[in-house]
Amino acid sequence: MKRYSFLELAKNAFSAHQNWGRQWRAPEPKAEYDVVIVGAGGHGLATAYYLAKEHGIRNVAVIEKGWLGGGNTGRNTTIVRSNYLWEESAALYNHAIGLWQNLSQELNYNVMYSARGVLMLAHTVHDVQSAQRHIHANRLAGVQNEWLSPEEAKEYCPPLNISKNIRYPVMGAALQRVGGTARHDAVAWGYARGADSLGVDIIQNCAVTGIRRGQNGAVEGVETVKGFIKAKKVGVVAAGHTSVVMDMAGVRLPLESFPLQALVSEPVKPAFPCVVMSNTIHAYISQSDKGELVIGAGTDQFVSYSQAGGIHITNHTIDAICELFPHFRRMRMLRNWGGIVDTTPDRSPILSKTPVQGLYVNCGWGTGGFKATPGSGNVFAHTIAKDEPHPINAPFSIDRFRTGRLIDEAAAAAVAH
Amino acid sequence: MLLIYCPYCQVERAETEFACRGEAHIARPADPSQTTDEEWVEFLYMRDNTKGIAAERWRHIHGCGRFFNAVRDTVSDNFLKFYKAGEPKPDLEALAKEAGK
Repeated sequence: MKRYSFLELAKNAFSAHQNWGRQWRAPEPKAEYDVVIVGAGGHGLATAYYLAKEHGIRNVAVIEKGWLGGGNTGRNTTIVRSNYLWEESAALYNHAIGLWQNLSQELNYNVMYSARGVLMLAHTVHDVQSAQRHIHANRLAGVQNEWLSPEEAKEYCPPLNISKNIRYPVMGAALQRVGGTARHDAVAWGYARGADSLGVDIIQNCAVTGIRRGQNGAVEGVETVKGFIKAKKVGVVAAGHTSVVMDMAGVRLPLESFPLQALVSEPVKPAFPCVVMSNTIHAYISQSDKGELVIGAGTDQFVSYSQAGGIHITNHTIDAICELFPHFRRMRMLRNWGGIVDTTPDRSPILSKTPVQGLYVNCGWGTGGFKATPGSGNVFAHTIAKDEPHPINAPFSIDRFRTGRLIDEAAAAAVAH
Repeated sequence: MLLIYCPYCQVERAETEFACRGEAHIARPADPSQTTDEEWVEFLYMRDNTKGIAAERWRHIHGCGRFFNAVRDTVSDNFLKFYKAGEPKPDLEALAKEAGK
């Protein structure tokens, strides 16, 4: 791997940046791998990277139906935060926050992690109580989170409208300063380049069509459009299509896939300093480094694989944005799109072994998986390498739906995750 | 936004009048005390999450308030059939063929 540095930049300037070379190879699949990861999104690539780097398992393939980072990794609103209510979630998301801090240096790739702060607004008495409960729980769990009055919130985010005469006046806000944004594509590309340089084969445009199991039920490999690939261990990280892929191995999951939408405005000069979320009236906004306002809308209410959501869902979000930030009322929206998110009944992910030997699954991230990318890949790699979960992801098993030890973030985090 | 036909009101209305209530034809275990943990998991949590033709429950929440079922293609979001609650699950394969899927 060519290390990126100031010296390299200067050297390449002399050849007009024509000779940087490819960041990763485009290999044909080998007949056999130690581990096959299905899905080359952020989580899948991170899993492969940590398998190679921390567990010495380098004979790994990441198989992708489309192009790498082309699913929800390239479609999300790029928010990073860890202020979840329950201890299990706090541990998982805080593990990711820890890895985000040095990720650019670790990968030698600028993932543009920017800890600009995530402000979560409270508009009702219930919101205030719930936000303060979150803050107390977070602080006990070692997660940064603090309470701001409406005036302090406005000082932190000057465009915010805190006047009393709007439909849902701002009554305060929870601020996680370590939260912020990162460049979603760069995360996928950085992990892809890192994994590739450690020997991982990333095989794009190669849909998995079946999961082959032997006489004893254990996994033997995957059928793909490029032929059969043998592997004793298969990790499925297929986001919205997890149910479809796992069905090939006869494993049922407690998942429902919904379209989730996002949209961006025309680019403008820096006007918005942080991330603002309001679960109650469903506003969700930040500004990218390109200058676009990045706005997250909600999910549709029905299962769909259409990658397109209803226009009334985005309208609802825009209504809230216009009320909270009146100076954006004349902004024009440039693009909107949908991705398919796999949600679990308790709105917490599943990072788990499965009833099938050699088959592992990382799914159920619902509307908020991007923030966890490094942590998720890290503990999932551990789960695959050791054939047992890391203490951080042990509570996120499939078995929790049988034992009843759910991690109920559905009520705790309201709509936006 | 979807256009949905309520088989009770016999009118087509915008999706915002309706609430989707997930997969249809999931029967509650008849004898709860004899039901195993695995059967409860299946009833409470496991879902087909079909990519393709599937039956689901809707409720005309801002109309008559009644539950009914619908068959929809989850890839195109086109509805193939609406029918009243209590009617048997239609033959999804036959419906798919009829629709040319």
